Amino acid sequence: MSLIEKIFALAAGKKNLRFMEVCGTHTVSIFRAGIRKILPPNVELVSGPGCPVCVTAEDFIDKAIAYSKIPDVIIATFGDMLKVPGSFSNLAEEAARGADVRVIYSPLDCLKIAAESQNKRVIFLAIGFETTAPTAAATVLSARNLGLKNLFFLSAQKLVPPALKMLLADSEVKVDGFLLPGHVAVITGTKIFEFLEIPSVVAGFEAEEILLAIINLLQQIDEGRAEISNEYKSVVKAEGNIAAKKILAQVYEIVDAEWRGLGVIKNSGLKMRDEFADFDIEKVLPLEIEPAKKNTACRCGEVLRGIINPPECKLFSGACQPLHAVGPCMISVEGVCAAWYKYKF
Amino acid sequence: MCLAFAAKVVEIKESLATVERAGVKRAASLMLLPEAKVGDYVLVHAGFAMQVVDEKEVALQNALIAEMNGAPRTVLEL
Repeated sequence: MSLIEKIFALAAGKKNLRFMEVCGTHTVSIFRAGIRKILPPNVELVSGPGCPVCVTAEDFIDKAIAYSKIPDVIIATFGDMLKVPGSFSNLAEEAARGADVRVIYSPLDCLKIAAESQNKRVIFLAIGFETTAPTAAATVLSARNLGLKNLFFLSAQKLVPPALKMLLADSEVKVDGFLLPGHVAVITGTKIFEFLEIPSVVAGFEAEEILLAIINLLQQIDEGRAEISNEYKSVVKAEGNIAAKKILAQVYEIVDAEWRGLGVIKNSGLKMRDEFADFDIEKVLPLEIEPAKKNTACRCGEVLRGIINPPECKLFSGACQPLHAVGPCMISVEGVCAAWYKYKF
Repeated sequence: MCLAFAAKVVEIKESLATVERAGVKRAASLMLLPEAKVGDYVLVHAGFAMQVVDEKEVALQNALIAEMNGAPRTVLEL
């Protein structure tokens, strides 16, 4: 029996089921392989807040832009941050106006930029989930070891489990199972997800691996189980990556954080510990910025909670398209709206 | 964002490894994976090795990629 046949057999006779993936790479993989279209009519895949760029608050972008306007500042960032709109502008536009914005592959690249530009301040925009957060923490430790005095971090990393907890407590959100993010789980391990009371599966990123995870969810529902299952065993361990978690906890502490479109989620963000204040640009060079102006017609908050699909937003594919996006979910290649636009629309 | 790829560790100097995939070599930090050894396959994300990958998984992936590029199907034998 093929994987698809198994899914159809397991889904037959069941109520309508909604499974949420919480990882931008899963979202793109699901659309690219056309998985949504071949599933039984009573099994729906819906995207959650799985794209770290998309959930970065407007305030953070506004602050990054404000820093980019200070003379002799270099902003170092992952490329997908460039076009995320702040209140009035984005980093790509600021670069066109003369700001020094550098796209990097690894946070470690910042060490080289800082060493080569001793008379300038280099600010790394440290965003990302548990997968990426330890790489920034390790870079902080490296900068300290190297004695670099001109590398700083503007940090707004997010943690996935508190967001899932918030979604489950939200009565508008209807989810029967989670496809858990594979590379987040590489770091966190699977145990941290055990508080979830609905079927949940850590999934890999190939189409077949996603189908296997869906089968696992359906089997759990079939047998009345609700467990954290691991279908990405080649790299995901129950305890995760202990060395990475240790480095992360050494540099960062857990705080409440604002998610774009979702609001403040308790204990869902990371802030540099006071011990590393010399590397925290918000401590070294505090800036007051105006409260962010929100794009009210953009419904990314509902999209990120899986309450609506992108075409239900009146901006989708008209005012909001990848080349002139209003909301972050259309900007990032891993954004839910961008995936709908590219593969479905 | 969280794009990652599996690559083989071919050299280690202090906490910096050289990893290789399909003939392409790159540097990858071992700060988050100090236990990695030369010869291991590791998952690399944003310039850091994150976890040791099961070698069989890599062989399966490589066979599938080769097949997409026109090679005969060998994945079933693996």
